[in-house]
Amino acid sequence: MKNRLRRTMMFLNAQKASLVKDAYIYKPDSIIFDLEDAVAENQKDSARIALYNALKSIDYKGIELVVRINGLDTPHFKEDIRAAVAGGIHTVRVPKTETCEDVWAAEKEIEKAEKEFGVPVGKTLMMAAIETPLGVMKAYELAKSSKRIMGISFGAGDYVRTMRTTRSPEGVELLGARTQVVIAARAAGIMCFDTVYLDVDNMEGFADEVRLIKQLGFDGKSIISPKQIAITHQIFAPTQAEIAKAETTIRAIDEYARDGIGVFTVDGQMIDIAMLEGAKRTIELAKASGIYEGDLA
Amino acid sequence: MINKAGRNIPEEFLRDGVEVFQGQYYLHDKEYIKSSPTVRAFVDPGQEKLVTDLREAIVKSGLRDGMTISFHHHFRDGDYIVNMVVEAIAALGIKDITICASSLGDAHDPIVRYIASGVITGISTSGIRGKIGDAVSRGLLQKVAYIRSHGGRVRAIEAGDIHIDVAFIGAPTADAYGNARGKGGKSDCGVLSYSMVDAKYADKVVVITDCLVDFPNFPPSIEQVDVDYVVVVDEIGNPKKIANAMLRFTQDPRELIIAEAAAQVLVHTPYFKDGFSFQTGGGGPSLAVTRFLRPYMEKQGIKMGFALGGITQPMLDLLNDGLIRTIVDAQDFDLPSIASVNTHPRHFEISISQYANPFNKGAFVNRLDFGILAALEIDTDFNVNVVTGSEDGVLRGAPGGHVDIAAGAKCAILVAPLLRTRIPTIRDRVTTITTPGESVDVVVTDVGIAVNPKRQDLLAVLQKAKLSLPLRTIEELRDEAYAIAGAPEEIQFEDKVVALVEYRDGTIIDVVRKVK
Amino acid sequence: MLLKKSAIAGTLESSDVQIRIEPGQSGIELFLSSSVMNLYGRQIRATILTTLANLGVENAKVTAVDKGAVDCTIKARVECAVFRAAEIKENLPWGVRM
Repeated sequence: MKNRLRRTMMFLNAQKASLVKDAYIYKPDSIIFDLEDAVAENQKDSARIALYNALKSIDYKGIELVVRINGLDTPHFKEDIRAAVAGGIHTVRVPKTETCEDVWAAEKEIEKAEKEFGVPVGKTLMMAAIETPLGVMKAYELAKSSKRIMGISFGAGDYVRTMRTTRSPEGVELLGARTQVVIAARAAGIMCFDTVYLDVDNMEGFADEVRLIKQLGFDGKSIISPKQIAITHQIFAPTQAEIAKAETTIRAIDEYARDGIGVFTVDGQMIDIAMLEGAKRTIELAKASGIYEGDLA
Repeated sequence: MINKAGRNIPEEFLRDGVEVFQGQYYLHDKEYIKSSPTVRAFVDPGQEKLVTDLREAIVKSGLRDGMTISFHHHFRDGDYIVNMVVEAIAALGIKDITICASSLGDAHDPIVRYIASGVITGISTSGIRGKIGDAVSRGLLQKVAYIRSHGGRVRAIEAGDIHIDVAFIGAPTADAYGNARGKGGKSDCGVLSYSMVDAKYADKVVVITDCLVDFPNFPPSIEQVDVDYVVVVDEIGNPKKIANAMLRFTQDPRELIIAEAAAQVLVHTPYFKDGFSFQTGGGGPSLAVTRFLRPYMEKQGIKMGFALGGITQPMLDLLNDGLIRTIVDAQDFDLPSIASVNTHPRHFEISISQYANPFNKGAFVNRLDFGILAALEIDTDFNVNVVTGSEDGVLRGAPGGHVDIAAGAKCAILVAPLLRTRIPTIRDRVTTITTPGESVDVVVTDVGIAVNPKRQDLLAVLQKAKLSLPLRTIEELRDEAYAIAGAPEEIQFEDKVVALVEYRDGTIIDVVRKVK
Repeated sequence: MLLKKSAIAGTLESSDVQIRIEPGQSGIELFLSSSVMNLYGRQIRATILTTLANLGVENAKVTAVDKGAVDCTIKARVECAVFRAAEIKENLPWGVRM
């Protein structure tokens, strides 16, 4: 499904048997099975076969299943795609994308695999991971490169080095890339996700970063430990005040729209019919976060 | 004979009034005459109790072949007492001894050679692990072993089912006349709750300390009037293993998921109101539940009336922050708890009889609202196994206070992961029953929560509650475990019974057979 | 399927299984040790043999050291060892023989 909740996308080393079998208990919105950086060069085949078997046997209970394939400059990505599509993967994440050609190269293999394994052509979604300055510049094109692209993701890993700077707690060196990715995603009408936070023991630093990227407009964040899930969901959940405002907006628009009025004031607040979509999204998010106690359908 | 838990107890063990398990409250109102020790009057004030060494204490105690000795386990994995005493007994050529311990653990592996050589021929214990558990499971112990809960051990001693000839009581401090405390020395353990019944019912009582203090060592956990001999040794145990410097809340995400759900279950029951009582242990699960409970208590202005059990820092924090009114303590797991007991005006040491003995006139477990308990295995009748390993049927656990708490608590909550590597915790049938299903109310796993069908009242409130995990039947949980791991085959045992699992009231709830 | 050399897949970590496979002459010889032998020994054996049969491996010596792996992990490690032994790196028969 192209549009769904993706507040947390948890990376999982496909090669690690103990983690794969019941990762769903941690309830991330998406699981990204990693065949790339987490897996040693001489274990790529093993990770791929483990992924395929996990997809075929384990019930992940509605969590979105994503695979991070190896780079397009490696000998692995084609077989990665075959294994994943044959296994029924929902989404293919392409690393280090810079140009539309990158996306199309992967898409070509995905379509081939869909045909080979009897998957409806076009069903498998994609996401483009942006990890370089050029990728950042091309973010909008990448976002529009294919109908399969459900989102773009910013990965800070090597980016900072290429930018000739270092990571700081406030993340000012990433601001340009982050905002560029969000803008591109919104202009293209797709979702956007922020990079991983490596210090799994620093929950305060992590929470600060989640609050920042939420404020910037990101839909979610890449996660590397189950410990990071609950707090991310909490931060992304609307506040009771936001929920109340959304309810007021929806009810008021419903009432006034019947009379053909598009802009009006309620309790001193100006409400515009264009705000309906955002208000609905807030209620949906509240419901998904398990905190909605109202009665709006 | 098949007992009420569905287990077959061989007739040969049902003599001399021993019955099969017939329900958790079957023996309510039973009347019995308590057993009593043979006491040697210590009239002459010129006599001393201090002896030069352990050997002399054993000789003077009159220990003979065929007798029963006893120990507590307040020193946990740091205990030196059991090994020291057994070695000394063997050196004296004494044999055919029965050990009545409150628990045995890995620290006691060295006594296996004395089991093999016939020095030790019988064991009564809660915990039975490591090499000892292995030896008993392989049939090396001459007599059938007795697995008893903490409350059950006290009952057995007071009712005379087991008679202690010589009690050996390790004490962090003792004076020369035998007043013993769990504090004030170099290997403190806080309390001496497990040995209080030993001191009152054994014929001879030997206190062993590594820190002799001035008389009177008051207030005593073990009283001078019950003590025959006092021995000073170099070390009673390893202080680092007796008490943890600090027990931390678990960070394991899976344990936290379970603990959070358990706390949610707890706060939605009608028993969660001001003055509620809660049993705590030193283990990950119950400790983590405490952490999740606190916000609910603070938000709703609910204070704990009393906390019962093994005590750790997090409970002290609640006490010091005014969220708990009273702590009753039968074991301390860390240094802060040791410091607090009998010092803080609302932190009290109690005996194991007061804690969990079913045959006195009402123990603390009877007043308990909530107990959070772990489990190795749980079956679809909610029976629990905490004593034999799933993969091989070898003895490697302990009923401890599990059975007592489940029987007493208004809401007994079991917490466990659905699977441990490939082994399902929830299954058709447990290898050994220690805790009967009728005493278990709710099971919380990392994938779902199951309520005992006998508790439709709890099911009704939980169905209306917002829980982080779904409500499932116990069969659905088993199915989910089997879907991932496959249905396990049953372990095959030989016919020979190596241990009896005695329910807290003295009836036999299950037997453990020799491994193949 | 023809095995050209011996190969190993999987690890000795908890929940994994290490499979070592060598070309053989006389059918499938399986040596299995497992931390859950009593509970799942039969099932593990069956999973290994079925996976080999599906891949068309008729002659091999297989040594499996299991640390509580679930069936899909066992199958994955066997498949990986077989393809390594057969020196097949791409165009695996996903969904056909696997």
